[in-house]
Amino acid sequence: MDKFHLFPPEASSTAQQVDWIYFALTALTLLTCAVVFLPIIFFAIKYRRGSAADRSNPRVESILLESGWTIVPLVIFIGLFGWGAIVYFQIESPPRDALQVQVVGKQWMWKLQHAEGRSEINELHVPVGRAVSLTMTSQDVIHSFFVPAFRVKQDVVPGRYTSEWFKPTEAGEYHIFCSQYCGTQHSAMIGRVVVMEPVDYERWLNTGRPAESIALTGERLFRERGCSGCHSVNSKFHAPPLEGVFGKSSPLENGEIVPMDERYVRDSILLPGKEIAKGYQNIMPSYAGQLSEEEIMQLIAYLKSIGNQNPPDESK
Amino acid sequence: MKTATEIDIRTEGQMARTHYLNVDLGVKSWLLTTDHKRIGILYLWTILIFFVIASVAAAMMRLELLTPQGDLVTNETYNKLFTIHGVLMVWFFLIPSIPAVLGNFAIPMMIGARDVAFPKLNLLSWYIFVAGGALALWSLIHGGVDTGWTFYTPYSTTYANSHVISMAAGVFVAGFSSIITGMNFMTTIHKMRAPGLTWFRLPLFIWSMYATSLILVLATPVLAITLALMSVERFWGVGIFDPKLGGDPVLFQHLFWFYSHPAVYIMILPGMGVISELITCFSRKQIFGYGFVAAASMAIAILGFVVWGHHMFVSSQSVYAGMVFSILSFLVAVPSAIKVFNWTATLHKGSISFQTPMLYALGFIGLFTIGGMTGLFLATLAVDVHVHDSYFVIAHFHYIMVGGMVMAFMGGLHYWWPKITGRLYPEFAGKLAAMITFIGFNLTFFPQFILGYLGMPRRYHAYPPEFQLFNVLSTAGASILGIGYLLPLIYFLWSLKFGRVAGPNPWRATGLEWQTASPPPKHNFEKTPVVTTRPYSYSAQEDADLNLASV
Repeated sequence: MDKFHLFPPEASSTAQQVDWIYFALTALTLLTCAVVFLPIIFFAIKYRRGSAADRSNPRVESILLESGWTIVPLVIFIGLFGWGAIVYFQIESPPRDALQVQVVGKQWMWKLQHAEGRSEINELHVPVGRAVSLTMTSQDVIHSFFVPAFRVKQDVVPGRYTSEWFKPTEAGEYHIFCSQYCGTQHSAMIGRVVVMEPVDYERWLNTGRPAESIALTGERLFRERGCSGCHSVNSKFHAPPLEGVFGKSSPLENGEIVPMDERYVRDSILLPGKEIAKGYQNIMPSYAGQLSEEEIMQLIAYLKSIGNQNPPDESK
Repeated sequence: MKTATEIDIRTEGQMARTHYLNVDLGVKSWLLTTDHKRIGILYLWTILIFFVIASVAAAMMRLELLTPQGDLVTNETYNKLFTIHGVLMVWFFLIPSIPAVLGNFAIPMMIGARDVAFPKLNLLSWYIFVAGGALALWSLIHGGVDTGWTFYTPYSTTYANSHVISMAAGVFVAGFSSIITGMNFMTTIHKMRAPGLTWFRLPLFIWSMYATSLILVLATPVLAITLALMSVERFWGVGIFDPKLGGDPVLFQHLFWFYSHPAVYIMILPGMGVISELITCFSRKQIFGYGFVAAASMAIAILGFVVWGHHMFVSSQSVYAGMVFSILSFLVAVPSAIKVFNWTATLHKGSISFQTPMLYALGFIGLFTIGGMTGLFLATLAVDVHVHDSYFVIAHFHYIMVGGMVMAFMGGLHYWWPKITGRLYPEFAGKLAAMITFIGFNLTFFPQFILGYLGMPRRYHAYPPEFQLFNVLSTAGASILGIGYLLPLIYFLWSLKFGRVAGPNPWRATGLEWQTASPPPKHNFEKTPVVTTRPYSYSAQEDADLNLASV
């Protein structure tokens, strides 16, 4: 117990915005308590049994009052909804230039890998002032990546990718908690975010075991695991080429048009028969059980690096 | 204060005549009874057992959290403690508390009926509840469950090594008791009202129980389906929720909350009904805005079905779905606000006395207001991202369920106790317990709001040391709260033998249940009552005059 705190440090670009709504809600709560409790206390004293107060002509209905205490809360509530929704939309929309970090949750640890290649366990080093975007999945049960100082939280769900982003504004160390109950050692699935000055971060990134970037690892896997055997221009098999594809939308055999994103690539590796590209046949074997979550993420990073360099505007 | 005749009526002789408690004696007469009043008492004893077990689990959790390290119990045991606390409190205490105990006892009498519409089904419903409870206890005795009361997949289906299926089966079975009771109450309210008792002359407790029954009947089957699907995946490995088997884990959450959010209203609407009875009786006033209070119950029941997604703002649900669920959650808060304002206005120009039930009712308004307002924090998308799955949520729903429902249950139990047993509980001890409960409750749960905003996640067996202060406060509060619950247990039992004889209507209340003897005869009324007025025809002016004259 070092210091007495009523709220956690505000260490990200959205933290303050969330806190403003929190303070407004707290003020509204106090106001409502005053509006309800003061009359109750006043009536309880004035109209206590045996008091000589005037009790003639009590009212038991009033359309004016009923409409008042229906409409006033309603208007305030709609305003609060709007405010919360606008900030939520920001929390859910990562900026284009964010640093990319891949996160895999498993019972009971966090495995993280920076796009540049450096891996960490239960720790995340990031520079101050740069947006960081996490692409996350789980190897087993649902976890949740929660950094109170950044006011962000997102469930990490097996079988799909979720994302979370933040822009640290204060150097320092902050808690990472798993906030979705995940089994015996749930409360030990904790870690820390280390926010560093950009120079220190560069130095940190380049020390330790020299690592290749995620995309480079992905390219190696692409060759070693045999993907390139079919997915290349001079292959004897009829498989879709993958250059310049990621980030576009592409038609399927069944007439649908789907975005070529992380989800599509992941599903195509694990469940190749699910969504077949238009003009091709269902001949690819599934890689389920043969690639780890990290390896799939590395392959995706590779395809992204050779993908469409002008991704469509996501905000529309 | 009392007139001479009033005291004369309240003699032991009252207790000697034939009534529902002494008309048949012996264990068999209770186990085979179809009397709604006796079934209410059977439920009271049953849920008391579960309340005690679940409270002991809570006490052990609070003791563990006194220190940041996990030192009192292992993490595995801790996880089982919060699971058993949640499962038993939700399904085996709160959901049946007011409906099955007070509802069973009071509804038929309040509408002037001899019994519920289907008395045998009513007894069956209790047996089913006991069977469900026995399964849950079996699971507990054989080692317990560690999934949390929410049974989230794929943890519950694939990864948990505990007795998930037997516990889920217990909840599944108990659900049928809810469905039958809900259907029984709805039929009773539709078909068995006394002559002259039109819908808008019904006491508000009946309206709220009608709304509750609607939810019980419509939502509980979804829970049954969800738990059945979960068990099928766990037992036979059929892929429904686990992505490794081709399932979708978030689908489980949709199904689970489609029941469990309406279930939150099962755990508060009956309490609201009780409060309307208490506030009017102890302020000698007609309820302010009868139609609005009644309509608010129905609005809550209906809107409550379309807000489940607010439990899933960070689950990977779509951003746009989140927005829809957010605004709907704000809307469902409006009828609750309407109720609070109407109760407050009812006190105006009343003649207010502060017997134990009224203290619980006023405590309810205070705690429910805070619980409701903090619900808005959770409905606000950006704030929920931060406080979701933290102690803030724990504090919020305990303000509603314990501060709201349990306070109302205690208030109602004190109010109808003289009708149930024919005897009064000791008033001073009652007031003392109500105050202790209120103080202990706030000390337990208020610090948890701060803990939650600071970032302490729920279901943590050990925590960083900076959270200790508020955890110590919370544990201290819990021990006070424990005394607040223990006291009534003692004096209620004491009053069964030594309590002052109550007489038919110790509160001078207007409800039909007070027009018959206490305890009531087996079939409630010697003569079917006829209703000619609106409910709550109290007069504060008259009461004040009467009071002045008798001093």
